[in-house]
Amino acid sequence: MDFSSINPILLLASLMVAATPIILAAAGELIVERAGVLNLGVEGMMITGAITGFIATVTTGSPWIGFAAAAVGGAGLSLLFGFLTQFLLSNQVATGLALTLFGLGLSALLGQGYNGIKAPEFPKIDIPVISDIPVLGPILCSHDPMVYVGLGLIAGIWYFLKYSRAGLVLRAVGENHEAAHALGYHVIRIRILAIMFGGACAGLGGAYISLVRVPQWTDGMTAGAGWIALAIVVFASWRPWRLLIGAYLFGGVTVLQLNLQAAGIAIPVEYLAMSPYIATILVLVLMSAGRAPGSLGKIFHASR
Amino acid sequence: MTDTLLELRGLTKAYPGVVANSDVSFTIGKGEVHALLGENGAGKSTLVKTIYGLVKPDTGSMMLNGAAYEPSEPRAARASGVAMVFQHFSLFDALNVAENIALGMENPPAMGDLAARIREVSDQYGLPLDPDRIVGDLSAGERQRVEIIRCLLQDPKLLIMDEPTSVLTPQEVDILFKTLNILRAEGTSILYISHKLEEIRTLCEHATILRHGKVVGNCDPRQTSARDMAEMMVGASLHVPEKAPHEAGEVVLSIRGLSAPAPHQFGTALKNITVDVRAGEVLGIGGVAGNGQDELVAALSGEMKTAAGMVVIDGREIGRLGPNERRAAGLCAAPEERNGHAAAPDMSLTENALMTGAVRKNLVKNGLLDWPAAKAFAEEVIKAFDVRTPGPANAARSLSGGNLQKFVIGREIMQKPRVLVINQPTWGVDAAAAASIRQAILDLAVSGTAVVCISQDLDELREISDRFAALNEGKLTPPRPAKGLTIDEIGLMLGGAHDMEVAHVDA
Repeated sequence: MDFSSINPILLLASLMVAATPIILAAAGELIVERAGVLNLGVEGMMITGAITGFIATVTTGSPWIGFAAAAVGGAGLSLLFGFLTQFLLSNQVATGLALTLFGLGLSALLGQGYNGIKAPEFPKIDIPVISDIPVLGPILCSHDPMVYVGLGLIAGIWYFLKYSRAGLVLRAVGENHEAAHALGYHVIRIRILAIMFGGACAGLGGAYISLVRVPQWTDGMTAGAGWIALAIVVFASWRPWRLLIGAYLFGGVTVLQLNLQAAGIAIPVEYLAMSPYIATILVLVLMSAGRAPGSLGKIFHASR
Repeated sequence: MTDTLLELRGLTKAYPGVVANSDVSFTIGKGEVHALLGENGAGKSTLVKTIYGLVKPDTGSMMLNGAAYEPSEPRAARASGVAMVFQHFSLFDALNVAENIALGMENPPAMGDLAARIREVSDQYGLPLDPDRIVGDLSAGERQRVEIIRCLLQDPKLLIMDEPTSVLTPQEVDILFKTLNILRAEGTSILYISHKLEEIRTLCEHATILRHGKVVGNCDPRQTSARDMAEMMVGASLHVPEKAPHEAGEVVLSIRGLSAPAPHQFGTALKNITVDVRAGEVLGIGGVAGNGQDELVAALSGEMKTAAGMVVIDGREIGRLGPNERRAAGLCAAPEERNGHAAAPDMSLTENALMTGAVRKNLVKNGLLDWPAAKAFAEEVIKAFDVRTPGPANAARSLSGGNLQKFVIGREIMQKPRVLVINQPTWGVDAAAAASIRQAILDLAVSGTAVVCISQDLDELREISDRFAALNEGKLTPPRPAKGLTIDEIGLMLGGAHDMEVAHVDA
């Protein structure tokens, strides 16, 4: 065992990377749930984004086009969920679970022939001056652009929900859809848009795994990240900055256990591998969850 | 005709199986408080939803200020100067007052400016309101203020109010009426929907009466008696509940030193309540909402358990028994909230009938449900209490408030209990239905049941009670004979006089 091999600066820097897919997917799901829709298909949308992004990147050679394709892929799959739940009024829980299964199958189908290929590298951006600052520089400023997109997304969602009129309407729809309808807001239109945004974010999160973290394609490579994202939305009491904390906590345990494995600690690898998930469950149990949006998961029909 | 604000011409709206509005025409003048009267299901809600742009009429037209008015959605109605205060508040519990108000406005100012305007307008109309409070923490009266101020901030020409006083205390009603009179003086027209005829007589100068979707009459409420208006609404002479003379029998229900801690944060503790109720007697319990009514019903129905000897029926201590055991012992209860407490909204009337009737009507055989018997019981209640519904297979939520209330009260009465405990039997129920419910309560008492009726409607209590007591902060005044009791005396019982009364009794 050699703990000295664990470098705290590198640990913190890689924590930010490990948390990014969760942040992206959870941020989208937070908007969806604040609009009163429970989409349990995050995992399916992530893996679909992972493969569409991977295919687009390998084909065009540009990770940026890949991320755009991942967003479109995730949003496209979420539109299926939106159509089923908002227009055909299907049950959101069952439809979300089906969406995950469908996404896993669809991505495996699309990914045939892409196994084992390496994705073109996504260049990191080095911010001069700041990245030279000791300790803070390498932690904060040695990342690829998507890490900052994730942070910007959280800040943007926070501002959107707290200060913008559209954000207020979105919260109102999620809080009490009947009252929002009585005031003349288009509940279904707003929810469809939220669902698509959630799908796009999940797609980005998935593509981050296949294009940056791994970076290659394997079937089922999101490995439950979508479920963690769902759990973190609840942990965060549907608030954006808490969501960031939750994602870093999960990312931190993930990175730490990898480092501990590398340091050869005398705990079976399986226990270490499950530790991020156990940590998430423990935190969920210990934190009494905040108040969920009032209409979360309820079916809305204008005549009722 | 320059003083006409809104004119409705031949509005008709049909839904599958029912014509909600049929050729409805009337006009509302500028600065007029116009009452819209009608029984449940007479088409009032459909009509105001049409004016507010939530419902499109099949035929007919509307003119606002001499121009054609066809709102396609509520935004268009608001833009034309029509605002509406809903019966079931269209508020968002988790949002604060300012956010709720912003949601109901077309072009809200920045939040800081809006908060200042809310303070300004709420002071101007005597409706104090803090823009930063979370709406979920407000009382019913305060929540209504939020809705009213939301409307007022848009300088409406026409304010529609759907049953605005059904959730207010008498003091809050006074405040509301003062506000409405200020608005009227400023030239705002008000379309006022209510069941409470006395209110309409004090407030409105014109009334249109709807029955089965048609306009059946117009009157000046100040010149017309409440009884005449009620008869126009019902289309028949109105029955005033009366009680056949009879003697009170032996003591059936004894409440002995009933004390219980508040069941939740916003609840009221019950403090040493002692009272006997005799067979054939109606004990009316008045009081302002939140003084222990819900807790007393819970302690009697068995939802909240107490020490065994605190509640006694026919000499048997039942304080530790649950609701079904108490039903078996002869005590039936109907709580205030019909949707979700007295009835499960998404279950059918048969299922709802079964849930409280299972014990006394033997609807369970060897652990299996006797559906034919349950259905027959539900049909019996529907028939005896004139519940308007296509049949017992319909969900409870599909019934209008008054009809569901008739069903849940009827369900308990038809079980012929030894003791009936009811909370707010006619809350939000129209005059005809209220009269029939009260008559049924009186008939039940005459047949030998001891009735405890808790209500905030003092007229109702004076009409049906033999003895009257008041709940005040969880304490019950000693009951007094209801006959000859004046409103002033009742007011004293409801207020702070309680402590003096107790001291007097102890001495």
